Amino acid sequence: MTAELKSDQGPEEYAAPSTIEEAARLMADGDALILAGGTDLKLQTGEGRIPYKKRLVNIRRIADLRGVTMDSGELRIGALTTMTDILKDELLGDMAPILAEAANHFASSQIRNVATIGGNICNASPAGDSLPALLVLDGEVELTCFDSGALTNRRVPLKDFFTGPGKTVKRAEELLSAVCFAVPEQRARARFLKSGPRPALEISVVSAALSALRDGNEVFHVRLAFGAVGPVPLRAMATEALLEGKTLTPQLIEEAVETLMGEISPIDDVRATAWYRGHLASVYLRRLLSDDC
Amino acid sequence: MTVNIDIRFVLNGRTVQASVPADMSALALLRDKLGMTGTKLACGEGECGACTILIDGESVNACLMYAVDCDGREILSIEGLRTEEVLSDIQQAFVDHGAIQCGFCTPGMIIQAKYLVDNNPTLSLEELQRGLEGNVCRCTGYKKIFDAISDVANAEA
Repeated sequence: MTAELKSDQGPEEYAAPSTIEEAARLMADGDALILAGGTDLKLQTGEGRIPYKKRLVNIRRIADLRGVTMDSGELRIGALTTMTDILKDELLGDMAPILAEAANHFASSQIRNVATIGGNICNASPAGDSLPALLVLDGEVELTCFDSGALTNRRVPLKDFFTGPGKTVKRAEELLSAVCFAVPEQRARARFLKSGPRPALEISVVSAALSALRDGNEVFHVRLAFGAVGPVPLRAMATEALLEGKTLTPQLIEEAVETLMGEISPIDDVRATAWYRGHLASVYLRRLLSDDC
Repeated sequence: MTVNIDIRFVLNGRTVQASVPADMSALALLRDKLGMTGTKLACGEGECGACTILIDGESVNACLMYAVDCDGREILSIEGLRTEEVLSDIQQAFVDHGAIQCGFCTPGMIIQAKYLVDNNPTLSLEELQRGLEGNVCRCTGYKKIFDAISDVANAEA
């Protein structure tokens, strides 16, 4: 037996709406838990880490929430877009290949087929694989809720979205409907690195992403993000500021590493020690800055 | 009390109706409620792939999927691969290559192999290896598993 049949801790209500408005109405009282791919939710509820709320709202049947579109110089990824979708999407492959790079390191084929970008964001794991990439793309999340008889949207920059492990500024009645970012400049280069004992199915020991424009050895519009080096996926803004507009020299890179060490706050856990995480973050920063990014 | 939801879906070509608790996994639905025990429970957390099924043609870990989400969809489990007394080509290739030892990972391996072969007409060894990252064999029989699937992939190419 899978030891699930006797559960009495499950939701009292269940709904599978087909429109965003229906979903937002079902969430309006703040007593609903959202089901999308389910790969995190099934585990976390099963282990009791996340209690069910009164209502389970399965948003997977809302067609408007899935897919990648481009409009007025902005790319928009619907919350239900799966990691497999991202890996195969031609628009993203052309415009923001760093996302495909991150998706390629995301769990396994079976999980990529169902795990959604919205779920990866809302789960707010400091090690979430898509998050450093979305951070260096200057991503913004769109939050939708049903308020005073109408749907309302607000946008929050991803760098301000996370408040702690599993915690975000999203209110219980809000649905994360999309993540958006300006189409990156064509000459911008972005890279994603992830560490673990295996290439896939690994919760990152450390992950890192860098996006920058490069003019000779000078770097501009530097965006640097790290995963699993603190309580939230981190935009390393002090290190970015140090690098901005400068010529990359071995000395500058060492100064950047020093600045980064002051920005991160890694912990010891089952996957690695804080010392090792710090060491790895420095290795990754050197690698990202030395590569032809 | 956990609410029960009536669902209707197609399992291995036949329409099935069931009433399931909203928090039940698709794996528990298959194994405990419908008695379809070909799909295996091993890690129960999406790491091992023993519970791999196809849903609307995409491979998923049944242990991480909600049973209620099967509603209106089409599922293929290992029981649906065999027709009459004939094994599917992937099953037969596993037999021919001795790609089975204890057999516990086999249903998931075969379903994932079908997903990979169906979706990639020019499946290379590297693509195959990456595609099976989510399927663990603890008898360490990967070589023969790769050989078996490569045979089928090459025959179809």
